[in-house]
Amino acid sequence: MNAFAQHFAYEFKTGLRNPSLLLINYLFPLGFYAMMGLIMTAINPLFTASMVPALVIFAIIASTVLGMPSPLVEAREAGVFRSYKINGVPAASILAIPGLTTGFHALISGAIIALTAPVLFGGDAPVHVGAFVGITLLTAFTCASMGMLISVISDDSRATILWSQLLFLPSMLIGGLMVPLDALPERVLSFSALLPASHAMELFTGWAYGRPTVFNLPASAAMLASSGVLALVLSIVLFNWDTRNQSRRGHPLLALLVIVPYAVGALLAI
Amino acid sequence: MQETVLSVTDLRKVYGDLVAVDGVSFSVCRGEILGLLGPNGAGKTTILECLEGIRQADGGTLNVLGVDPGREARKLRNLIGVQLQSSGLPATMTVREAMRFFCAYHGVAPRYDLVQRLGLAEKGDAQYQELSTGQQRRLALALAMAHLPPLIFLDEPTAGLDVGSRAELHVLMQELRAEGTTLIMATHDMAEAEKMTDRVAILLRGRIVATGSPTDLTATGEAYTKVSVRSEQSLLFECEVSFPAVSQRFLNQEYVIYYSTDPGPTVSAILGYLDEKKDPLIDLRVERPSLEERFLELTSPGGAQ
Repeated sequence: MNAFAQHFAYEFKTGLRNPSLLLINYLFPLGFYAMMGLIMTAINPLFTASMVPALVIFAIIASTVLGMPSPLVEAREAGVFRSYKINGVPAASILAIPGLTTGFHALISGAIIALTAPVLFGGDAPVHVGAFVGITLLTAFTCASMGMLISVISDDSRATILWSQLLFLPSMLIGGLMVPLDALPERVLSFSALLPASHAMELFTGWAYGRPTVFNLPASAAMLASSGVLALVLSIVLFNWDTRNQSRRGHPLLALLVIVPYAVGALLAI
Repeated sequence: MQETVLSVTDLRKVYGDLVAVDGVSFSVCRGEILGLLGPNGAGKTTILECLEGIRQADGGTLNVLGVDPGREARKLRNLIGVQLQSSGLPATMTVREAMRFFCAYHGVAPRYDLVQRLGLAEKGDAQYQELSTGQQRRLALALAMAHLPPLIFLDEPTAGLDVGSRAELHVLMQELRAEGTTLIMATHDMAEAEKMTDRVAILLRGRIVATGSPTDLTATGEAYTKVSVRSEQSLLFECEVSFPAVSQRFLNQEYVIYYSTDPGPTVSAILGYLDEKKDPLIDLRVERPSLEERFLELTSPGGAQ
């Protein structure tokens, strides 16, 4: 097996072997899915319409934004990156391979949700399966890139939690996962337009289910993709081998550039 | 003439206001074992990290196997093996996985024989976080040697190792040297440095204060040689004669112990005295100062000015 395959195999196994990652990759999103399927559908029967995409996005954000950054920061703090460096492991592999494997775990959770929700809880299955898969992959890519960026700019695990929650909590509250975007007040909608989750949800709603949407879908797809690419590029630029993360090539606040595509979209009211 | 594999000229490294390495120069030949000795903060690890391409030097010229580590660190990766003082492996990576993983990046087959030789065969499926400190260091050593690099850097290689592992590592180091591998190690263990190295460089506050073979270093300086003498009639016990170069004299059971700055004339004079007094010699021991004593002399306040 070549180095990439060895690295990928190890990182994938870590996602199952590490109790914290197993929890965040599978137990948390699937547990939340079961709870929402049992309780939310009873409280709000309309939730079945958006249940599948909402919980797939939830699973992706949980794995990539909540789960992935902390182990990367802890590895850097423990000197693992230094060991990697002296043995010729490229910086791109250190970031990209955990991103890929985490995305893979998220896709497995998402697939379990998408395949079982219509049967177990009466959740609406997507009308356009190809679009559903494509949007899932795009969302996983963007969120994994953002998870990488959080790990790169965080000096320690506490900072990681703050940055992760800054993205996770608004996504849950105003990202269209629990409350439809068209039910949000106009001012709140402006803020939700800054979140990747909102645009992912809109893409699912419009292209995978063929329902009316609030945002312009091609613009949402472009914003989601461009912010993912921007986050990936910034992760590589700001990456640092140093255990104390003190010799970056740029200021960590450069990471806020990932909001630019969404801000431009919001300003142009698309 | 032996091939020079590493040369350092006027190396300088500064952290803020602290000059960690200040004008250090040395070179190492193929198959040589060089020890870097010095108290904590002397600059040993910084020098190693500059040579390994982990840190950028602020001044000076470095050449490691024809490569400038500051500019072409990537080229060095398959040429050098490194056991860092403070490095870790992923907590859940097993011993066998680590060997496969790093050997894959070096493009060589996994060296499970090294895992066995360093006493980790039974821990092959144990995760890094489950290993003791000594086992973690042994694994780091195995990984540093696995791709058969011509030059290996070891930072405190035997710290935390038990006696058996330490002895096995010493045998491994001798084998590597016999095969032409060059080793550079930073250590606090003077006995190890004295036993294992061909040359040592003693560092103090970022500068080299002495360099040479352990034998040469212990033969110079102010440290005293201990001369212990036992004779049949013990006439030296009451002897009032002051022998040349002797600074102190002690009695210890049946021995008279002299501390000499120049043992040759001292021993010669003692033997002459005993011969003259017809007091047959039973035992005479000459103990040179150890590398540790020489090190302490050089690194004590005012010792290396």
